Amino acid sequence: MHLLEPRPRPSRLMRWTAPLIAIVATLLAGSLLFWSLDKSPLASFQVFFIEPLTSRYGWSELLVKACPLILIAQGLAIGFKARIYNIGAEGQLIAGALAGGGVAIYMEGSDSAWVLPAMVLAGAIGGALWGALPAWLRTHFNAQETLTTLMLSYIAGFMLSYMVSGPWRDPEGMNFPQSIMFSDNALFPLLFEGLRVNSSVFMTAFAVLAFWLFNARSFMHFQLEVGGHAPAASRYAGFSSKQTVWFSLVMSGMTAGLAGVGEVAGPVGQLNLNISPGYGFAAIIVAYLGRLHALGIVLAGFLMALIYLGGEAAQVSLQMPFAITGIFQGMLLFFLLGSDVFIDNRLRRSA
Amino acid sequence: MHAPVPRLELLNVTKRYPGVVACSEVNLTVMPGEIHAVLGENGAGKSTLMKVIYGAAHAESGTIRLNGNEVRIQSPAQARRLGIGMVFQHFSLFETLTIAENISLVLDEPFDLAALDIRVKDVSQRYGLPLDPRRMVHSLSVGERQRVEIVRCLLQSPKLLILDEPTSVLTPQAVQKLFETLRLLAGEGVSILYISHKLHEIKSLCDRATIIRHGKVTATAIPSQETPASLARMMIGRELPVCRAPVYTGESRPVLSVHGLSVASDQIFGTDLKNISLCVNSGEILGIAGISGNGQAELMAALSGETTVDKVSIVLDGKRVGHLNAGQRRARGLVFVPEERLGRGAVPAFSLSHNALLTAHRKGMKYWGLVRYSKAREFADKCVARFDVRCGGSGADARSLSGGNLQKFIVGREIMLKPKVMIIAQPTWGVDVGASAVLRQALLDLSRNGVAIVVISEELEELFEISDRIAVLAEGRLSVAEPKEQSSAESVGMKMSGLFDESQAVSTEAADALA
Repeated sequence: MHLLEPRPRPSRLMRWTAPLIAIVATLLAGSLLFWSLDKSPLASFQVFFIEPLTSRYGWSELLVKACPLILIAQGLAIGFKARIYNIGAEGQLIAGALAGGGVAIYMEGSDSAWVLPAMVLAGAIGGALWGALPAWLRTHFNAQETLTTLMLSYIAGFMLSYMVSGPWRDPEGMNFPQSIMFSDNALFPLLFEGLRVNSSVFMTAFAVLAFWLFNARSFMHFQLEVGGHAPAASRYAGFSSKQTVWFSLVMSGMTAGLAGVGEVAGPVGQLNLNISPGYGFAAIIVAYLGRLHALGIVLAGFLMALIYLGGEAAQVSLQMPFAITGIFQGMLLFFLLGSDVFIDNRLRRSA
Repeated sequence: MHAPVPRLELLNVTKRYPGVVACSEVNLTVMPGEIHAVLGENGAGKSTLMKVIYGAAHAESGTIRLNGNEVRIQSPAQARRLGIGMVFQHFSLFETLTIAENISLVLDEPFDLAALDIRVKDVSQRYGLPLDPRRMVHSLSVGERQRVEIVRCLLQSPKLLILDEPTSVLTPQAVQKLFETLRLLAGEGVSILYISHKLHEIKSLCDRATIIRHGKVTATAIPSQETPASLARMMIGRELPVCRAPVYTGESRPVLSVHGLSVASDQIFGTDLKNISLCVNSGEILGIAGISGNGQAELMAALSGETTVDKVSIVLDGKRVGHLNAGQRRARGLVFVPEERLGRGAVPAFSLSHNALLTAHRKGMKYWGLVRYSKAREFADKCVARFDVRCGGSGADARSLSGGNLQKFIVGREIMLKPKVMIIAQPTWGVDVGASAVLRQALLDLSRNGVAIVVISEELEELFEISDRIAVLAEGRLSVAEPKEQSSAESVGMKMSGLFDESQAVSTEAADALA
């Protein structure tokens, strides 16, 4: 029999090599998958990972998908460091989209330049409130945020469904569950003619810098890390665990809410049922793949965006099902967690 | 008549761990019926050597002979079959099972609780270790738990019994009981390997002693012919350091007082605190004796603010602080050092300078919510230099330090915060003799600068060395603190069994605090 025993000092180098190992292992397992489906692995990877990057359109789409992932993952990473597991960013994204979208709908017809800023603010508050709910449940009733954040995602989903089927349904939308298309002053300006990438990338870029500074220098971040590494030391030092919970969940809710506004005031352009292809969940993988580091998350966000693009390309060119995207995301997370197990532990043959 | 065959013989046993030689060319002979001490400082290699004998570690080279036959001991199970039993310092009992059930778990024989009950009673009576096999383990005192471990070994009729620091959890009276049992066993021909660093115990109990330093045998001795000082010299290679306790001449006023504090433990098998009252003055060290598990953890948490209590129960420098958390009490001049250094007093994976930030962040290490890491590094460097912390600099991870050096760092860090009150639990637990002396002297110096100090410790000798007054915490109750001169090991030992009336404590201590 074999036993896992903790390594006295897990290697820091390996910690950063693990994402690369996971990527290689995912590619190998992906080859097996393609091969078993009678498709040439090399040609398939060409379609999946190379072709999306051969056009200006492809790069634009990459940014469109990477930005929300990076933005959400920055917020999630804050909590993950303190072992506060917000897995309901999808719901906070929807809450932010609803709040931001609501502003756009109520201010329809206004030609004010403040519509978009008001949407961004509303989205941040909406997401933050949706994150504050589980924080309140955790600090007052000790309800695990892992469960409550996930459950609140479903509630947010149904709220969205209700709003776009009822009060906010487009009267001229032929009964489709969707709102009116937002007017130009409720949309992020496009950066290039004919491409979908818009100025919300600056919002993400700013967030990356802000989180980078926060992680590197702030005392709050130090407190979060102490809470994650040694909860008893955190109590000993007199850091408030409630403050940690509130901060992590409100902060990650806020970034998810901002990402939600980025979608409805960006490529989607309205409220409907498809505002997020699971960005809130994929961002969990992005956060860990980026080793919870502000810059690592940027790289991981681009990789995850490429998997989204590749998945779409594979559906079109290789006639593969939509599930292919999920499979690649899942393999990546699986191999990453698997590598981490062996970085923290070693295998010992027991007598 | 030829010479009797030794029960156990180690010849040139060497055990290496990556980077260190834990035991080097160790020779050791134990005769039947002999009580043999293995004496050495923490980290000298005693535990490794015992693991090798008990099959939990394997020697690279050397020979082990049991009753004259060469053996290779592969596992603890095999060691038990060969007649070797071991009582560990830290028990491995299931709280929610009965004594008999716990014992049945380790016996390599069919499960028959009724028969086992009788055998447990039988053995425990014969060796003066009274136990009711049907009692649940969580209801047992620490001393009783140790009896369970010993009985568990005795049921397998060992020929060699190894005890690792067995008295660290016992009252002085219980220690005498244990010694009677061990002498009885030795009289029946059982050999006993007794690991300890307590010199007077070894002197009164053991027939011979093997002294280990840095993994090597440095001497063998007949303890009854030695003095504690000469044994200490053999153990640490120099004179035993002595602490200087000058008389405090400054102003003496109550700084920390506790009034009728009762706390229900939040642990399932914890100890509730019952009506605790105490008072510490500036320039004074109050020692709290007693065996861990009698409310020590709960008292520490209540004093530090890690658990908050009624506002009025704790008064710090004239202000009621019971309701404040640890951070708020720290801001008012309280510092503390917990017995768990890694994971509570320090974050294992953080560097020393980050660990300085943990509690010293109030010392100008922050601006606008950002950290001045250079200040934290400066603070850590100063602490390392001032308290002679042996480490790879302030960038070294806390977990890379030895127990003694990490403790010097933590105590040093808290002293550098210029506190009004320091609470410290088990200051020298697992710390070698040299570092212990440095730590005790640091506490004495701090108190003579007008700081009030509460020391919670299991080590009676330590408390008698540094305290001005000594109280005893037993079963969640605290005895009246008496001046050291009016206390003795015997009187404190009696109180450790819970034999005292604390009602007096409430009235006099409360009067003190109000005065």
